[in-house]
Amino acid sequence: MEILVCVKRVPTVGGAITLTADGRSVDTRMSGFTISPHEECAVEEAVRLVERFGGSVTVVTLGPVAAEEQLRACLALGASAAILLELAWGVEAGPLATAAALFSVAQSSVAQSSAAVGGGFDLVLLGNEASDTGDYQVGIRLAHLLGRPVATGIKSLSVADSGESVVASRTYRGTLETFSLPLPCVVTVKEGINLPRYPSLPGRLRAKRAAITRVPVSPEPEGLRMTSLRVPDAPRQQATVLGHGVAAVPALVTALSELGVIS
Amino acid sequence: MTVFCLVETDDGAITDASLRALTLARELAAKGLAADGLAADANGSNGGPVLAAVVFGDPPTADLAAYGIPDVYAVSGIDGYAPQAWARALDELLSPEPAPEMAGHAVVAAGTDRGNEVLAHLGAITGLPMAANCTAAVDNGGALEITRQRWAGLLLEEALLEAPVALLTVATDAVSPVPANELAAVAVHAVAPVLAEGDLAVRAVETSAGTGGASLATARVVIGGGRGVGSAEGFAPLEELAALLGGVVGVSRVVTSEGWRPHTQQVGQTGTKITPDLYLACGISGAIQHIAGCSGAKNIIAINTDPDAPMMTRADYAVVGNLHEVIPALVAALRERAAGPPVFPVG
Repeated sequence: MEILVCVKRVPTVGGAITLTADGRSVDTRMSGFTISPHEECAVEEAVRLVERFGGSVTVVTLGPVAAEEQLRACLALGASAAILLELAWGVEAGPLATAAALFSVAQSSVAQSSAAVGGGFDLVLLGNEASDTGDYQVGIRLAHLLGRPVATGIKSLSVADSGESVVASRTYRGTLETFSLPLPCVVTVKEGINLPRYPSLPGRLRAKRAAITRVPVSPEPEGLRMTSLRVPDAPRQQATVLGHGVAAVPALVTALSELGVIS
Repeated sequence: MTVFCLVETDDGAITDASLRALTLARELAAKGLAADGLAADANGSNGGPVLAAVVFGDPPTADLAAYGIPDVYAVSGIDGYAPQAWARALDELLSPEPAPEMAGHAVVAAGTDRGNEVLAHLGAITGLPMAANCTAAVDNGGALEITRQRWAGLLLEEALLEAPVALLTVATDAVSPVPANELAAVAVHAVAPVLAEGDLAVRAVETSAGTGGASLATARVVIGGGRGVGSAEGFAPLEELAALLGGVVGVSRVVTSEGWRPHTQQVGQTGTKITPDLYLACGISGAIQHIAGCSGAKNIIAINTDPDAPMMTRADYAVVGNLHEVIPALVAALRERAAGPPVFPVG
């Protein structure tokens, strides 16, 4: 089974998000970088499927040269090929351009994995949404470009023993939604579908030496254009302290009553 | 122009997330009308409705009337939830035969799994851009000026959306649902879309998730547990409290990565965004990704041994203490209260 996993380099956000002086990007001078938890799970899911069915995992990202760091992290987890769709420094691609760039890889040729010879992957996995821009659409746009079925927000994925179809499910408003898709297809996953492994030492050594295919990309401007970013207004004043320990319980009961939670 | 709003229903009533979307759609339509100088007209310049809901299944006319929605397209012929088929039906409403005239329209949906998914399909079918999880949208006569969430709402993006048809989803935890000042008389238009091959290839089979009814996303009370709970067994008192208050248990990310509770109960950027009347956060320090998931709560009470934990300063009310002492005592107090006033021996 040949699997393509699409990931995105994003800042590691800790205590608070701060912006650059021009208010157009997140200040990353003090932060590290990572891929989103959804995507970590996508990589893990792909590696597990290849362990079961054979084949290989190719990982692709659209980003600056520095995104090689994230590709190597995925290689350390078990991906065997990596492609960097390279953006010039400071250039961002919108969701349409991202899907178009991923399509060029998902379809073909650039991929060095043996699989791509036949023109494509059995399964393309993405995170449900990137943790930074949160556009919620790249996987679906990619699927339409490929002419393949797609399921999104998936928290459980099982591939039939024949390797010809998948059953994917998610929970929506307390109901389990199950989708059946033929392969090849596109699936976007969410954290919780699995617990990702830690990279092994041999994996990390292999990743360090691995060759990464680099393809320059110049994204087209899109109809949705960011003009500025801002941190939402600080929400509330200092909390009212109801008390300490069990002595606070009567005040807590009163508060619940005032909030209408108990009658 | 027409503002179409995809409306999701649950047991015949409009969902909370869709009421928020309807509120934004109604404001967008009102402002768009004013900008076009058409405010006096009941109908848009092309004779079509100005503001219309789109419902798959039976139209919830009472709710729509309350929200001032004069027209509803009731789509039939699609069995169950099939995202691409739903998008196809919206696409046909945008460009009705025989006069394909779609300029100036907008399609609004809730920023739910389904809303985002259907509008992304519509974006892919039409080639239009789509703005997910908007908190505001104003028609300035050319482009739409929108505000949308990044980082699950930890950052807000101001953006311009220039497109023949604006596709927007509305954040589920930011815009407040507000009924209209006046009831609308709702006209129902039956629609049966012509589907393309493959539109029904991916379709949901729905079964009970065994969560016992209330879902985290829609619960009115959520009892949150974090690292301070300490173990899987430690959740028993939280479950008991949730049952007493008619709520459900939600957890922080560390709890699911420790395997104490299933991921379906995770509140936060990569879990569920909640909008309860009360979030009672026990032993949760309040990582920024967790705050992103609970900032839509109307009221937050935090219980933590550390008075300086972000969750404690972010809350409306705080109790400084060990949840393993406070929660059982609270449960006992609530049981006693429910049993009636204490009877003192007369002596």
